[in-house]
Amino acid sequence: MDKLKNISFDHCIKCTICTMYCPVSKETPLFPGPKQAGPDSERLRIKSPGLVDSSLKYCTNCKRCEISCPSDVRIAEIIQDAKWRYLKKKFFRPRDFFMSRTDLAGRFGTLLAPLSNFFLKLDLMRFFLDIFLKIPGKRTLPKYNRTTFSKYFTKYMAERQKNFTRELLYFHGCYVNYNDLRLGTDTVDVLNEMDYGVKIADEKCCGVPLIANGYIEKATKNALHNINALSLNDCTSRIVSTSSSCTFALTHEYESFLKVDNSSILNRTSYITRFLYEEFSEGNIPQMGNIGLRAAYHSPCHLERQGGLIYTIGVLKMIPGLELIVLNSECCGISGTYGFKKEYYGISQKIGENLFRQIELAEPEVVITDCETCKMQIEMNTRYRVIHPVSIIKMAIERGREI
Amino acid sequence: MTLMHETEVIIIGGGATGAGVLRDLSLRGIRAVLLEKGDITSGTTGRNHGLLHSGARYAVKDIESARECISENRILKKIAGHCIEETGGLFITLPEDDRQYHEQLLSRCLETGIDAVEIPVSEALKKEPGLNPEIVSAIKVPDGIIDPFRLTSANILDAKEHGAKVFTYMEVCGIFSSSGKTTGVKALSGDGSVHEFHGNIIVNAAGIWGQRICLMAGSELKMLPSKGSMLIVDYRINNTVINRCRKPSDADIMVPGDTVSILGTTSMEIPYDEIDSPFPENIEIDMLLREGERMVPNLSKTRALRAYSGVRPLLAPEDSSDGRNITRGITLIDHKSRDGIDGLVTIAGGKLMTYRLMAEMTSDLVSEKLGKKTSCRTHSLPLPGSEKVTGNIRKFYRDISNSVVGSTMYRHGKRIFNILKNDRKNFRLICECEMVTEGEIEYALNNLDVTTLIDLRRRTRIGMGPCQGELCSYRAAALFNEYGKASPHESTAMLKDFLEERWKGIKPVLWGDSLRESELTYWIYTSLFGLDELPLNDTEREEK
Repeated sequence: MDKLKNISFDHCIKCTICTMYCPVSKETPLFPGPKQAGPDSERLRIKSPGLVDSSLKYCTNCKRCEISCPSDVRIAEIIQDAKWRYLKKKFFRPRDFFMSRTDLAGRFGTLLAPLSNFFLKLDLMRFFLDIFLKIPGKRTLPKYNRTTFSKYFTKYMAERQKNFTRELLYFHGCYVNYNDLRLGTDTVDVLNEMDYGVKIADEKCCGVPLIANGYIEKATKNALHNINALSLNDCTSRIVSTSSSCTFALTHEYESFLKVDNSSILNRTSYITRFLYEEFSEGNIPQMGNIGLRAAYHSPCHLERQGGLIYTIGVLKMIPGLELIVLNSECCGISGTYGFKKEYYGISQKIGENLFRQIELAEPEVVITDCETCKMQIEMNTRYRVIHPVSIIKMAIERGREI
Repeated sequence: MTLMHETEVIIIGGGATGAGVLRDLSLRGIRAVLLEKGDITSGTTGRNHGLLHSGARYAVKDIESARECISENRILKKIAGHCIEETGGLFITLPEDDRQYHEQLLSRCLETGIDAVEIPVSEALKKEPGLNPEIVSAIKVPDGIIDPFRLTSANILDAKEHGAKVFTYMEVCGIFSSSGKTTGVKALSGDGSVHEFHGNIIVNAAGIWGQRICLMAGSELKMLPSKGSMLIVDYRINNTVINRCRKPSDADIMVPGDTVSILGTTSMEIPYDEIDSPFPENIEIDMLLREGERMVPNLSKTRALRAYSGVRPLLAPEDSSDGRNITRGITLIDHKSRDGIDGLVTIAGGKLMTYRLMAEMTSDLVSEKLGKKTSCRTHSLPLPGSEKVTGNIRKFYRDISNSVVGSTMYRHGKRIFNILKNDRKNFRLICECEMVTEGEIEYALNNLDVTTLIDLRRRTRIGMGPCQGELCSYRAAALFNEYGKASPHESTAMLKDFLEERWKGIKPVLWGDSLRESELTYWIYTSLFGLDELPLNDTEREEK
C-alpha cells in the first residue's frame, strides 16, 4: 500500500456538481465524470489497484471540477495522479514524448523555421503525422518563430532594462519563446512603459504538458530547476508570466501535485494581469489611447481555477475604447496537448462548439484570451484573430502615441 | 387460514450458523427449511467486523478456539474464496503495551500451528504506511477478511439449489410437541399470514435469540448478551488487519472490509430485553476513536461513516460478568439428553469463523437422530461463486469498466456470469460509491431472497459507501417496482425505511463530513422529493 498523497476525496459529499460542470462528460459517455473518476473511484483504487478504469484518460485536466467543488476536493489532481500511478504506459509513444517536451520540440521548430512551418503545412506531411504519430490531420499546428524569445531579448532588449527604477522577472514560457515572440516583446514594452525593467531567468518548460502526458519525474525535475533558476540571482523581485497555465503550475501544481517546495517563489509569482491590476490600482497606468475595438473575452479554465479572471477583466475594463463582451465561461476543448491527439480530437472539437457559437453570435472584431492553447483552438475554429490582454494594452499604448 | 409445510428438519435462525446447517443438510440430501424472523444476516452475523481469524487473537487465552480458528481459516480459504480476502494481519506492540504478551503470543502460536512471524518494525511500516510509527514490534499472522453477508447468502443459495427452502420475515411464535417430542413450529410471516411447519427435528440456530426458542419448547437456556460496538470509516485506511498486541480489550482491532475500514470493538453487558436494538453509546465511540488513533493516527482525520453494535451470542456459565472472558467454544445441545425434549437441537456459542464446523457438528447429530448415514461435504465443496475462474475475466466484458467488473466479481465470484450480461441496461450504475449495477440488483432480487431495500443492501452493497444511500436508494427503490417486487407505494415506504435505517447508524458519528453529507441527503429527500409528505399506501393516498 502506498502512502496516500491526496486524501481530499474523503470530503466529497457526492453532490455531483463537478460532473454538471465537466465539459468532457457532457460530450462523451466514455468519461463517467469527475465525481466518478475522482473521489468515488479513488476509494476503489485504494482497495485494489486492479479496479482502475481506463476511462481516466479522457480527463482533460481543465480543473473546472475543482472550481465548482463546494467541499474543496482536489478532483482533477486525484484523477491526474491516478492516471499515471495506475495506468502504466504499455509502450513508448514518440508523439507523447515530443508533445510533452514543448521546449525540445520548440528548439527544433525554431532552429528549422521557416522550413518547419512550411513542412508542417504540407498535406503529405500532415498525412504522415496523422497515420504514424496520430496527430489529427485537420488540426492546425502552431507556427514556430525564427528565433527564440530568450535569444531575441538578450540581443535586442536586455541592454535598455537597466534604465528603469524597478525590476521584475518574466517567466515567458515555451509558447512565447518558440511560437509567439510578439507577445514577449509586447510584455517587455508594456512593463517598460510602467517603469519596470525586465529580467529573464534560465527557465525550462513549466511542466504542465509533462504532467498531462505522464512524465511526472521529468516534471518534478523541471519544477526544481525553475524554482532554483527563479531564485538564483534574485530572490525578492516579483515574477510574472503571460501564460495562465504556467502560472498555475508555478503557484499551485508544484506544491500540491508534484510535492515540490515552492515557497521561495510562491508569494512573488503572479499571472501578469493580476500584477497589472495591482499596479493600475495604485496609479501606475501607462499612457493609453482610445483603442476603438469590439472584443469578445474568453476565460481560460486554468485562469479561472486560480481565481485570476477578475484581474484580467479588471485590467481590460481600464483600456479606453475597448468594448468588452465577456463570454459565458466554457472550455474551448483543446486542453493543452489533448486536442492534438487523434483519439481525443473529436471530443475536443465537440467541447469547443458551444464557445465557438457564442463567439460567432457576439460578432466581435477580435477575441481576447489569456491562454496560448485556447488561442490556437479559437483561431482554428472561428474566423477571428485571438489576442492576449497584454498585446491589447500594447496596442492601446501605441494608439496613445499616435495622437 | 394457516399454511402448512412438511419437511424433515426445521432450522430457526438465518445467520451464518443456520445457513451453514441448511447447506450441510441439503448437501447430505436431508430436506430442510430455514425460518428467519427478519432478513438473512440481520442479527449478529451482520454485525461484526468481518475478521477471518488466524486464531492468533485467542492463542494466549483460549487455545481450543485458536485451533478451531486456524483450521477453519484454511478450509474457508478453499471453499469461500469470493467471500474472503487474504490481506494478512499484524499484531503491533505500542510503547505502553506489555512486551511480554508479544513473546507469549509468538510461542503460543507456534504451539497451535499458527504461522506467526515477527517482522522488523520498518517492514511493518512499509507494508502499512498508516501505522503509528511509535510501534516497538510487529508480528505477521495469516489473518484475513471475510464478508459475513455474502458468506451466508452463498450458503443459502447453495442450499436452495440443493432443494432447501428459506423463509425470511417468518417469526416462530410457538413449538408444537406431543408426548415429549417436538413436531413442528407455528410461525407468523411478515405479510400477516400464519404458517405451520412440521418436521422431525428442530434446529435452534437463533444465536442470542435462542433463549426465547428454548423457552417455547419448555427448556431453559441462559444467554449472556454482551454488546460490542464498531466504527466504520470512509475508506481503507489500512490494508491488512491490525491487531493490538495486548490482552484482548476494547478497540484493539482494525479490519479493512470491502472499501472501508472497521474499527472494533467494545464489550458491554446488556439486559436480555435490549438484544433487539443494540445501539452504540457515545462513550464507546470516544473510546474507539481514542484507542484506534494509537494504532493508525490518521483515523481521527478520516470521515466516520457510521457506528453499529452487535450482541455476542455467548452462553452464560454460572459465574462470569465480562463477555470477553467467557469461552467462545461451540455448544451443541441435544435437548433429549439435557431436558428430555426429543427433536430439539440447539447450536450456540462459537463465532462466525467456526460457523461451518458448528454446522457440521449439528448436521452430524441431526442425521444420527434421523437414523441416516451421511457425511459432511462442506469442507471440500466450494460455495456458489467460489469455484475457480479460468482465463481472464476482462475478456468477457470489454465494454464494461474495470471498476464495475472487479467489484461485481469481488462480491459474487464466478456468479458474475449470471449478473453482467452484455446487455447495456445490465451495467447501468445504480450505486456509484460501491459500483452496483442494475444487473446486480436484478440478480439479487430474483435469486437472493430480497424482500426490502435493506435486504438488498446486505446482498449487494448499495448504500454502504460514503454517501450512505443519498444517490442510490431512490434508484434502487424504483427498481423494486420495475422488476415487479413492490408497488409504487411499497417502494416509497421501503425507501423511507431504508433511509431511516441508514440514519440510525450515522447518528452516533454525526460530525464533520458525515454531518455535511447527512444535511445534503436530508435536503434531497425532504425538500426536493418531499418524502415526508408522500403517501406510503393506498389509504393514505386517498386521504390526501
